Amino acid sequence: MGNILKELVVEATLDNLDKVTGFLEENLMAADCPMKTTMKILVSVEEVYVNVSSYAYGKETGKCTILLEIETNEDNGLARITIKDKGKAFNPLEQEDPDITLKADDRPIGGLGILMVKKSMDKVDYKYLCGENILVVEKIW
Amino acid sequence: MEIIKKEHDEEVTMSIVGRLDTNSAPTLTKELEESLVDGVEVFVLDMSECDYVASSGLRAILSAQKKMNSLHGKMIVRNVIGDVMEVFEMTGFADILTFE
Repeated sequence: MGNILKELVVEATLDNLDKVTGFLEENLMAADCPMKTTMKILVSVEEVYVNVSSYAYGKETGKCTILLEIETNEDNGLARITIKDKGKAFNPLEQEDPDITLKADDRPIGGLGILMVKKSMDKVDYKYLCGENILVVEKIW
Repeated sequence: MEIIKKEHDEEVTMSIVGRLDTNSAPTLTKELEESLVDGVEVFVLDMSECDYVASSGLRAILSAQKKMNSLHGKMIVRNVIGDVMEVFEMTGFADILTFE
């Protein structure tokens, strides 16, 4: 039972992806988040983080902040992860969902990441505030 | 992630051990490009030891399916665990892949 608040700041590069997922995994496991839920959270944050590291700062690099909040009681838990960057304003939730009914040969490569985030998480929210992209995902167990 | 590859006549089998994430997906893509060539009739992807698939991993799997289609061969995905199957279902991959 209780609340946990942890923050990780990394240079937004693909090399740091393991650091980001490792940070989340360690803290979620410590809070007794079920494996299945942990995996969904890791995949979702990976998708968002990879977008930030690939596009937010163009050819430059910059920081990405990952804030993890966990609230638990005897039976349930809630994880809220906030992913922030100071790159160019970009709302990934505005992207049109890819057509997932097409045959393999007609499927475009890509566009699935954010769809997975939307479908795996209980809540996904984006705002641009004071020069920061702020994406928040929540998952209950 | 590790890929265990077996080649037997016209059949190629790859077993994915570990996480198919953004950093490991290029390894699979490269392995697929090298292995799925003219003459391969059946490609089996064994996922019994893979518990994590990100969208980059899905892209690699989709490229394998497209390649096998272009070779007029068959691709079979085997032993998918529940959590990964959920990913296939939410992205429509459950409908385009052949499971066994």
